[in-house]
Amino acid sequence: MSQKQELLKINNLKQYFPIKGGILGRTVNHVKAVDDISFNIYEGETVSLVGESGCGKSTTGRAILRLDDPTDGTVEFDGQDLLSMSKKEMRDMRKDLQIIFQDPYASLNPRMTVRQTLNEAMEIQKVIPQDERNEKIAELMETVGLQPHQVDRFPHEFSGGQRQRIGIARALSVNPKLIVCDEAVSALDVSIQAQVLNLLKKFQNEMNLTYLFIAHDLGVVRHISDRIIVMYLGKIVEMGDTKSIFENPQHPYTKALLSAIPVPDPEKKTDRIFLQGDVPSPMDPPKGCRFHTRCPFATEKCAEETPELRNEDYMQDGHVAACHYMKDIEAGVHQPTKDTSAVRG
Amino acid sequence: MSQETILEVNDLRTSFFVEGNEVKAVDGVTFDVPKGKTLGIVGESGSGKSISALSILQLIDSPGKIVGGEINFKGDNLLKYNDNQMRKIRGNQISMIFQEPMTSLNPVYTVGQQLREALKIHRGLGKEAGTEKAVELLELVGIPSPRSRVTQYPFELSGGMRQRVMIAMALACDPELLVADEPTTALDVTIQAQILELLKELQDEFDMSIIMITHDLGVVAETCDYVAVMYCGKVVEYADVNTLFKNPRHPYTVGLLNSLPRSDVDQEELEPIHGTVPAPHEMPVGCRFAPRCPFATDLCHEKLPDLEDIGDEEQVRCWIYTDEWDGDPEVKVYEPEARTTKDQ
Ligand SMILES: Nc1ncnc2c1ncn2[C@@H]1O[C@H](COP(=O)(O)OP(=O)(O)OP(=O)(O)O)[C@@H](O)[C@H]1O
Ligand SMILES: Nc1ncnc2c1ncn2[C@@H]1O[C@H](COP(=O)(O)OP(=O)(O)OP(=O)(O)O)[C@@H](O)[C@H]1O
Ligand code: SF4
Ligand code: SF4
Ligand SMILES: [Mg+2]
Ligand SMILES: [Mg+2]
Repeated sequence: MSQKQELLKINNLKQYFPIKGGILGRTVNHVKAVDDISFNIYEGETVSLVGESGCGKSTTGRAILRLDDPTDGTVEFDGQDLLSMSKKEMRDMRKDLQIIFQDPYASLNPRMTVRQTLNEAMEIQKVIPQDERNEKIAELMETVGLQPHQVDRFPHEFSGGQRQRIGIARALSVNPKLIVCDEAVSALDVSIQAQVLNLLKKFQNEMNLTYLFIAHDLGVVRHISDRIIVMYLGKIVEMGDTKSIFENPQHPYTKALLSAIPVPDPEKKTDRIFLQGDVPSPMDPPKGCRFHTRCPFATEKCAEETPELRNEDYMQDGHVAACHYMKDIEAGVHQPTKDTSAVRG
Repeated sequence: MSQETILEVNDLRTSFFVEGNEVKAVDGVTFDVPKGKTLGIVGESGSGKSISALSILQLIDSPGKIVGGEINFKGDNLLKYNDNQMRKIRGNQISMIFQEPMTSLNPVYTVGQQLREALKIHRGLGKEAGTEKAVELLELVGIPSPRSRVTQYPFELSGGMRQRVMIAMALACDPELLVADEPTTALDVTIQAQILELLKELQDEFDMSIIMITHDLGVVAETCDYVAVMYCGKVVEYADVNTLFKNPRHPYTVGLLNSLPRSDVDQEELEPIHGTVPAPHEMPVGCRFAPRCPFATDLCHEKLPDLEDIGDEEQVRCWIYTDEWDGDPEVKVYEPEARTTKDQ
């Protein structure tokens, strides 16, 4: 890629959800699902969003498509501010911006066959002429590895992984520019997963597609992404090139995350960093560094001051992390303050 | 087998009858679950893993039907039980974690209401005790601020939290057998590790047996004692976990291991198994895997191999391991080097 073109720019995005309580159903608190995050995605690249369950990955994806109304911040797509668009303008944008949902069953209309679902998507977006649609549908079915005869079936007649592929076909049907893939391949078994991942890569090369890939399977993430963003409790804690993140993780949370990957080899013993302490609640996130309640390296300073994302001179360009001590940890001069290691066999 | 088995599935057949055709989703499945152990079921999407699991609990709705076989649970054939007897088994002695949480959580009740209901039915807990236990269970599956979460509705939870609520529901009654259908697909690795650890603890403490359906071979390697590999509604290989990874026998199993994305090595292109699963109405008469198998011979295309014992606790459904094999007698189905050369 010669000149990298920014396709998506997210600035200071916040998404707070009210929590109702008591008999009056008043708002008693907020879930700070996404709390002030900024990042860019360049055209034709794949950026993965990883992090613990509930850290705000899906919420970020949904906010980009304006499926929820963000509390604050801006989302710029192709130079246009999505958050200030009218409903109608936004609808027109949707042909460029697609999402594959985490829970396929909940996102497919149970009363529509696959053909009707794909037809409807193309009808709304009006990108494929009517007389070419049946051909396009047949092509999409093959692409995602579904049988031609299944096209007139309803969602409940498919297995979990097959349903997920209907969602993928739907997203691809309108030739979008950006696809948010929310755990798009998590429900697929490995051989289909490999096919779908190879396909996503192929489309990317052919059509210069851009992906925001939300996944918890770091094997998949390593395989598909150019860059990785690590989130923890609604904030970005580390971001950088895939290779750099895997080979040179800086944030203690990223390190724990990488150490927790199950290895497909029953005889390989893994040194796993078990995070101690409770997962804090996004309703009442810890002060200072949000990871301090579980971080093996935490000090008093961590409980007071919030670390900012920054690059140190020994790190690759564009690799940033938010930890007060990452440089000292790297140099071995800041030692763990609690023991979290455990060997498992 | 020397050890006690809690569940014995014999030649189970479950079909769907659509438009005058019979779709044989589960086509003669046989496996054992030893007591206190974990059996993993892996296999191609659509190969019948979930339908096998649902059949064990007899949760198959029309147009589906269990058309044959035996499901022996602690010596009794569950297929002989009536609805009432089955209801007592479900949730009490056998419970299930479903693949898609949103389909099995009720969207109009809060998480707490649903957990309390389960606790009332299975443990006779009243409202207050039920709430306390619900909070405790949510805490056990790693949900932060469980006390505020009990008043939330499923749509207010993240995908992984919904899945954990499902797990909490399944554990609510201390089952003897837990059938877990992709229980950790929506979970990130740290929570996954925590849940798998929790299941292991429960297993050790209560001698719980587990059927773990998953496509994550990493999870299989870490949690399962035995593994059944399924393809097109049939078990094609059954072995203990170490044998399966070290010396996989069936060409499909080998294909699965080769198509695995690894986080510990760099791979340019993944190696998927070529071709697709045959459509139910075009099911090959011979070995179901023959159209995609690099070793297939005339025999494979003509005759379906049986699931045969090879070794103590190992079974495989493939002509290569029989006297009738008509291909290369020296054929090597698995070459470990093929996978390790890619490491750097
Ligand atoms: N209600 C139904 N009507 C018709 N066919 C069905 C129905 N439910 C399932 N099937 C078919 O039965 C087969 C087995 O489905 P099953 O859900 O057991 O697959 P699976 O192995 O769990 O796959 P996955 O890994 O994708 O979840 C599939 O081919 C599916 O299309
Ligand atoms: N509509 C909603 N109302 C209230 N809270 C919500 C809503 N949607 C999400 N949340 C909360 O926001 C937080 C982040 O949720 P999100 O779905 O973004 O997590 P995630 O990172 O995608 O997790 P997972 O990996 O489990 O899918 C969670 O605490 C969740 O309960
Ligand atoms: S700032 Fe402190 S608590 Fe946060 S990650 Fe770094 S060492 Fe740990
Ligand atoms: S029986 Fe033949 S076609 Fe089937 S897996 Fe074995 S070698 Fe391949
Ligand atoms: Mg999510
Ligand atoms: Mg399934």
